[in-house]
Amino acid sequence: MTTEQVIFNNVSFRYAEDQPWVLKNVNFSIKQDEWVAILGHNGSGKSTIAKLMNGLLFPDEGEIYVHGIKVTPDTVWDVREKVGMVFQNPDNQFVGTTVRDDVAFGLENRGIDRNIMIKRIEESLLSVRMTDYLLHEPHRLSGGQKQRVAIAGVLAIQPNLIILDEATAMLDPRGRKEIMTTVNDLRRETKVNLVSITHDLNEITGADRVIVMNDGEVWLETVPRELFKQETALRQIGLDVPFTAKLANRLQTDFEFSQQPLTQKELLDQLWTFHSNK
Amino acid sequence: MDISFKQVSHTYQVNSPFEYHALKSLDFDIKSGQFVAIVGHTGSGKSTLIQHLNGLLKPTSGEVVIGDYRLKADEKTANIKGLREKVGVVFQYPEHQLFEETIEKDIAFGPKNFGASDETIQARIPKILEAVNLDVALLNRSPFDLSGGQMRRVAIAGVLAMEPDVLVLDEPTAGLDPRGQQEIMDMFYKLHHEKGLTTILVTHSMEDALKYADHVIILEQGKKYLEGKPEDIFVQQARLKQVQLDVPEEIQFLMDLEKRLGMTIHYEKQSVDDLADTIKHRLGGGQ
Repeated sequence: MTTEQVIFNNVSFRYAEDQPWVLKNVNFSIKQDEWVAILGHNGSGKSTIAKLMNGLLFPDEGEIYVHGIKVTPDTVWDVREKVGMVFQNPDNQFVGTTVRDDVAFGLENRGIDRNIMIKRIEESLLSVRMTDYLLHEPHRLSGGQKQRVAIAGVLAIQPNLIILDEATAMLDPRGRKEIMTTVNDLRRETKVNLVSITHDLNEITGADRVIVMNDGEVWLETVPRELFKQETALRQIGLDVPFTAKLANRLQTDFEFSQQPLTQKELLDQLWTFHSNK
Repeated sequence: MDISFKQVSHTYQVNSPFEYHALKSLDFDIKSGQFVAIVGHTGSGKSTLIQHLNGLLKPTSGEVVIGDYRLKADEKTANIKGLREKVGVVFQYPEHQLFEETIEKDIAFGPKNFGASDETIQARIPKILEAVNLDVALLNRSPFDLSGGQMRRVAIAGVLAMEPDVLVLDEPTAGLDPRGQQEIMDMFYKLHHEKGLTTILVTHSMEDALKYADHVIILEQGKKYLEGKPEDIFVQQARLKQVQLDVPEEIQFLMDLEKRLGMTIHYEKQSVDDLADTIKHRLGGGQ
């Protein structure tokens, strides 16, 4: 099996023939075990990429391969076995009346044996730390908890790839933190590929690689540390770097950091060395 | 308009098994012309509070006074329509409330309902479009052809078209990208000063509360937890942590800087440039 889990080969897409291109000649690939963040302003085409990855949309030009399968209307069900998706609005993705039923839904649809089902529900809720809520009603949970249950529902299917399409956008800071912790845990504990789609640079610090979209084109492919240096260029395409990066970039004119700090702790560690050498 | 909450409580579904105390003896004053941020977690009572500001809800006990209007349980508020004209509320995801065929009609819907003449409305529209940074050429287009960020501007224009004295903003930047967030907040800040509005911003963003507000009220489980100037409130890390709120990232950094390097810099809303200069200076300018 190829190590490229996802391949976009010269992909272009528009919603109708008289509409402008939403994606123009997009090329990238995602390797086994990678966490890739797709970043971009509103309308940059980043969510369209997500929908193309699991066959909610199909390209007008070019090809997309997911785990070796070319995404077409004929293969869409095979593709969706490989790709799980968590959407933006936590209230729009519940079907079950309890957390357990909800996680079971995807498994039931696939006719999975009851004993395996029970085991998978247990495991996936454990991964998102929601085991204590087995019989709770999903709509009574907090936003962060709802999204964790949605992630568990996807995990239970055991996909190769999980796409988080702005999964934190509608959450409060506490919910956002919960989801980022969950994603980092998954990254450590499972082998699943992750694609997270966002416009918030605070959420990409843990990613292996970043693809930055601008007006339907791949603007830059890089790693988070490098991206944080591109403050001025990012601002021109409607994005912004976190406070820590801003401060670090201004201090860098006088202090030579051994690497671009990603977090406040890293920045303080670097400053501390200058302080102690004074 | 001055706003005053006096011992306001609101209970949903009184005397039923679903009885829920959303606000509990809430007491605070907002002076005319203030920019106030209301901060709290989901479920802290923010939405219930907002609905008391234009009479969508009335207190189950206590009273709310907004200018000459008074909201009190078991008392019919005189001229509640007048109150709703004066208090403009931009709800969460306001673009979901767009419905008209054209942008012009959607913006005009509010003032028309309050009896403004066509001439008056027509005179207001160009100024409002300028304020929300939308092109006049868009007026005859359907609002549903626009991008999410533009749709939100149209919805906000519809509220501004009523020329309210009080502007209530419920998470106005949710879902927007960083540039969109800054543009919308800068726009409200400018309007606040130019028109002498009283602005009430409900937000999860400690950074926005710190940057824009001159007064902060923190809600926790329907009660007022803290109140004061943002620069006084947001340094109280321990108290904020008790209700699982974070201090804004700038202030967190300065606290950690003091802890790690023994370097004390007071937060005075200085820009990141100034902050960097201070740190450089204190560290002896590096190499």
